[in-house]
Amino acid sequence: MTLLQIAFFFLSALALASAILVITRRNAVHSVIWLIVTLFSVGGIFLLLHAEFLFAVQVILYVGGIMVLFLFVVMLVNLDVAVKQAQFSRQWQLALATAIILMAELAYGIYRGHQGFTLAQTSAVPPTIGNTQAVALALYQDYMLPVEIASVLLLVAMVGAVVMAKRKLE
Amino acid sequence: MITVQASDFIRILPQEILSAFAILVMVFEPFLPSSRKVVLGWFSLLGVVAAGAAAVRTSYSLGPAFNASIAADPFSIYFIALFLLVAALCLLGSFNYLQRDNINHGEFYALILMGTVGMCFMAASTELIMIFLGLEISSLSTYVLAGFKRHDGLSNEASLKYFLLGSFATAFFLYGIAFVYGLTGTTNLMTLSERLSRTGTGGTPLLWVAIVLMFIGLGFKVSTAPFHVWTPDVYQGAPAPVTAFLSVGPKAAAFAVILRIFLGAFHAVGSVSFQMLWLSAILTMVVGNLAALWQSNVKRLLAYSAIAHAGYVLVGIAAGSAEGVSAVLFYLTVYALMNVGAFILIAPIAGTGERALRVEDYTGLGYTRPGVAACLTVFMLSLGGIPTTAGFLGKFYLFRAAIHAHLIGLVIVAVLTSVVSVYYYLRLVVVMYMREGQPQATSEPLPLALRVALATSVIGIFVLGLFPLLLKKKGEAEASPRHTKLAQVR
Amino acid sequence: MVPVSHVLALSVILFGLGAAGFIVRRNIITIFMCIELMLNAVNLAFIAFSRYLGDPDGQIFVFFVIVVAAAEAAMGLAIIIAVQRNRQTLSIDDLDSMKL
Repeated sequence: MTLLQIAFFFLSALALASAILVITRRNAVHSVIWLIVTLFSVGGIFLLLHAEFLFAVQVILYVGGIMVLFLFVVMLVNLDVAVKQAQFSRQWQLALATAIILMAELAYGIYRGHQGFTLAQTSAVPPTIGNTQAVALALYQDYMLPVEIASVLLLVAMVGAVVMAKRKLE
Repeated sequence: MITVQASDFIRILPQEILSAFAILVMVFEPFLPSSRKVVLGWFSLLGVVAAGAAAVRTSYSLGPAFNASIAADPFSIYFIALFLLVAALCLLGSFNYLQRDNINHGEFYALILMGTVGMCFMAASTELIMIFLGLEISSLSTYVLAGFKRHDGLSNEASLKYFLLGSFATAFFLYGIAFVYGLTGTTNLMTLSERLSRTGTGGTPLLWVAIVLMFIGLGFKVSTAPFHVWTPDVYQGAPAPVTAFLSVGPKAAAFAVILRIFLGAFHAVGSVSFQMLWLSAILTMVVGNLAALWQSNVKRLLAYSAIAHAGYVLVGIAAGSAEGVSAVLFYLTVYALMNVGAFILIAPIAGTGERALRVEDYTGLGYTRPGVAACLTVFMLSLGGIPTTAGFLGKFYLFRAAIHAHLIGLVIVAVLTSVVSVYYYLRLVVVMYMREGQPQATSEPLPLALRVALATSVIGIFVLGLFPLLLKKKGEAEASPRHTKLAQVR
Repeated sequence: MVPVSHVLALSVILFGLGAAGFIVRRNIITIFMCIELMLNAVNLAFIAFSRYLGDPDGQIFVFFVIVVAAAEAAMGLAIIIAVQRNRQTLSIDDLDSMKL
């Protein structure tokens, strides 16, 4: 077993353990903290898969931006009531069954689908340019329009967040 | 090296104009006193009309744009025109409502315009990244619009439910895309279709899983059973003009995506798509129509009716032929006219704060407000599929396409459930005309803008009901041969 | 090199955990966090495939998924604040005023 694989198994175990803690903790603040651990471990796996740019985005945007927003809101709303309320739905067996069926189907698909991956041509040539450069070239050449359209999306989100959260609109 | 030409920008001209107007609405918003915000509404309407003119311009320079991520083809132009029609009708129907319920903010109009931009991109894109972004733009704006009555508990609840289930569905859609990408190495629908048919690997189980995951995501958006659970609550809680918008716009856009993906790109694996669509169509029609029978709230009744109508559309898609696609396109326009009409008419009947929404509140409406009752009757008859209305012909074309594709069982279920549906549509008509009594509903006269919108819908329903070929000929031209492969594969 | 099937297995389990949490949990904020878990599973699958295919397009998709997740988070949390202000609750069980 190589060092890379040991690192992968360590990060996977960390990601799964903290994900389970996210969905079982009673206090939302604890859930947020565990989610941050999950995000860091997933980010670490990004790094192992040579997606360095996205590792940076994951840490800066996801952990640094989105999760801080979560923490803000968790602190803003009244948690004392929420902690005392029922945490789990009464049909949790049903939920568990649904999730297990879903996972089983996906696992079966992946197990049987190995040969299917040959469909896409695998480029045997190792990349000659760095990951960030490759992403940048694709992003600003092939995917120029989505980058532009993402600005409309962010505008909608900005207007929407203000409309919903502001106490009084003019 | 990819170069961008001027023609690329002309091919997305309607979306550009709508975005520009949405931004201008937000820029002008702070300069208007709250009593004159309706000016922004008329300005937005001008934007929709301008985008319509732009769509005409675009239709003269069809072709792919932006590295084949956009396809300006007759199919997308048809859908863009449909979305603009829906946006215009909803804007006209909302002016008075917003003032009356004291939520007249410029953001409403900007969000309607941006939601329309998202839907246009969904229908016009042939690249899964663009479809995803369009889906998110339209979803995010409708989440806010559903909760636009910010101090109303029901509206908040509608917004939250729509948001949580919508995001959940998006995750499924994305997971499906991830597996499709893994199998084919592309997210472009053209390349995808070509690679799938070239290698003929229709049998990979992983691809089936991916198709089902993507369908779950889109099924939430079009509210097919069993992914319809959010629909009644959201439609009931959202302000009525918004319900009109989101019961038609995002739904039609998601149908456009379903047509492009399942009948276009995945035609090589048609059998899986077919079984899934078939099952979903039957479930949706049965669940929607049976649940509608028990509703006492008019908005919930129409919500279940909207679910049932999604089922009829799925019948046409399951047919998988060019005829089926053309019938679906025709039906979506008809559905837009009658559903938007019904929902924007509910608002003035229900009065301030939407209080009179029970079926009993409509008692005697035929005598106290004959004009309103007559319009509502037309919408109900058309939704129920009574001949001479467009609703009848729409269903007729859908079912005929299904019969030609030998889907007899599906058509039998469809016809039986639409007979059942006549009961609950006529119940409302009976209550309005056959029962004496003082209606609970308010009786202020209808404002001009609303009258224009209603007249457009009613006239549209009769014109399409009597002279369907005006639109149907066009619909046949839109159903390009890319969509015809499914039937042969099956 | 880590085999693609291992990363996919992790991704599937994460997605399943997120979906299960979404259905089981009653606290709105935690439900929303479960959606973030599912989106991370999606990102993991994309990056695994992108690495396997030697093609940067999958990473572009992940980039946009993260952008959308940020937009969704901003909006969703604003909606949660509005709900909490009017209803004084964070439990999905209390948000059932439209049942017949």
